[in-house]
Amino acid sequence: MGSLLPLYIIIPLGTAFLTLIFGRWLHNLGKYLIIPAMLFLTGLTIYFVSQIPQTVVYRVGGFADVLNIPVAIFLVADGLTNILLLIISIVGLLVALYSLSYTKQYTGETKFYALFCLMLAGMYGVVIAGDIFNLFVFLEIASIASYTLVAFGIEKQQLEATFKYQVLGGVSSLIILSAIGFIYWTTGTLNLADIARQLPQVKSFQLFVSVLLIGGFGLKAALVPFHSWLPDAHSSAPSPISAMLSGVLIKAVGAYVIIRLFFNIFQINYQIAMTITVLGTLSMIVGVFLAIGQWDFKRLLAYHSISQMGYVVLGIGIGLLVLATGGQEKVAILAITGGLFHMLNHSIFKALLFLNAGSVEYRTGTRDLKRLGGLAEKMPITSGSSFVASMAISGIPPFNGFFSKVVIIFAAIQAGYYWLAFFAVVVSIVTLASFTKVQKYAFYGELPAKYENVKESPFGMSLSMTILAILCLIMSLLIIPGVREIFLKPAVDVLMDASKYSVKVIGL
Amino acid sequence: MILFVLCFVLFMIGLYGVILQRNLIKIIIGLAIMEYSVYLFLILIGYVKGGTVPIISDFFENGPFVDPLPQALVLTAIVIGLATKALLLSVAIRLYKHYGTFDIRKMNNLKG
Repeated sequence: MGSLLPLYIIIPLGTAFLTLIFGRWLHNLGKYLIIPAMLFLTGLTIYFVSQIPQTVVYRVGGFADVLNIPVAIFLVADGLTNILLLIISIVGLLVALYSLSYTKQYTGETKFYALFCLMLAGMYGVVIAGDIFNLFVFLEIASIASYTLVAFGIEKQQLEATFKYQVLGGVSSLIILSAIGFIYWTTGTLNLADIARQLPQVKSFQLFVSVLLIGGFGLKAALVPFHSWLPDAHSSAPSPISAMLSGVLIKAVGAYVIIRLFFNIFQINYQIAMTITVLGTLSMIVGVFLAIGQWDFKRLLAYHSISQMGYVVLGIGIGLLVLATGGQEKVAILAITGGLFHMLNHSIFKALLFLNAGSVEYRTGTRDLKRLGGLAEKMPITSGSSFVASMAISGIPPFNGFFSKVVIIFAAIQAGYYWLAFFAVVVSIVTLASFTKVQKYAFYGELPAKYENVKESPFGMSLSMTILAILCLIMSLLIIPGVREIFLKPAVDVLMDASKYSVKVIGL
Repeated sequence: MILFVLCFVLFMIGLYGVILQRNLIKIIIGLAIMEYSVYLFLILIGYVKGGTVPIISDFFENGPFVDPLPQALVLTAIVIGLATKALLLSVAIRLYKHYGTFDIRKMNNLKG
């Protein structure tokens, strides 16, 4: 089973090259390669999830350990990675399906799909990498592909956004690289499991390295003091790419790495737990208040991404705080479940919202909410699915967003952080207000005369939006006790017995 | 110790360039300087005073070796750096075609 793991990197990389090669001779066929590749990877992920949750390890090159020191490059899959693999595969597949019609407006379509595959390879790599330097390399692959994709239309705005994104992304990469340097200096190893084993003996630089890592990956995850690149990059990019960036990239290369490092690798410590909680709360509040005043459809959604990532990090942070202060274990489990569940839900409904915005822009040519209106009768599928997603993001039952938010709020109350619960409720209400505005100005109200002839978006786009809308409903089933055991509980278990990570991976 | 401090100073010079310069090319140069300081730091970690090439052979002295792993890391990081710099510079050229200037204050389409 372990030998299946490298496929996650080989298939997207191979597809990227094949797309370019086939695209040279068969102009229209090259781009369809991505669909079978993503279907296969989704199937593979479902196979991984359906297995009894276990830690799968693959050693690239097959080198055995020398004197108890792991020398091979590790690829690791466990309960937590399964969640991320599922997010990347499902959202990646549906966004690729959507792009097939959407990218007809661009020249050089095959390059778009090649870069898309490279971005997927990078994200899969970050999630399954078992050592911190390979994690960095895959992070850079994903980042470079996304820098290019943001600027795919080479308009003024896109170039400006990508420049800002690249400079900040470059600085964060360097911070991460120097943190890796410090880790290697103090522990003498780069393997994540081995680092977890060596760190308890290391006294120097622990806190400093943690701060560097929070800064570096916080910038990638767009937590609030580091968020300034996100609204520009996510709103300027082509819509399918915005859906990928907001739905998947900031989670796979930002939130996931923070979760993995601070639960499994570093020892849980109060100051770091507090920092992460404060950053989460700040992102949640600042993001939503910046979003209210926006009139650009995609820019508004981008600010909501910051706010919703705040919920995820808040849930994780409360879990860390409870563990650090020695509180009840079941409260910590509740908080972490909420955080991970919200991460899963957010990737579905935020991807859907960006695809809706893309459809509206594709048919009307504008993203300005003031100039839109009354599209509900002209574009029933877009409007219906965006209604579902808006309800999900603002936390209205029975959609998935409600359940994850409720779990986080309950966890905050049980842990005794009443203020955090209060803020979470307030932010949720403001989110509802903001999305009521989107619905009113874009899909209801007066239809401007020039949009009389607007049609529903093409079949592929409508299909992927419909599937995502259905997923918004189905995802809420994941919290039911019987179903939770299959999927969410293994991930939480990985984080709860933090010390077992290195034992499971190296096997000592 | 003094070398590590100098590395840090170099990092700060680069950061100054990235934050305070108004010219796209100078920002990119600042980023490059930061990058080199991190490479130097990684090389310093692996350096052993009086160390030799880490190859076991009859021709070289098999004395204390320098740590080869950070050098491998730096080689990889240089390749990544090359890709990011090439991309940044090509974006800067495109921006110059649109605006006719490298001045970042003139590029203010994105606000809010």
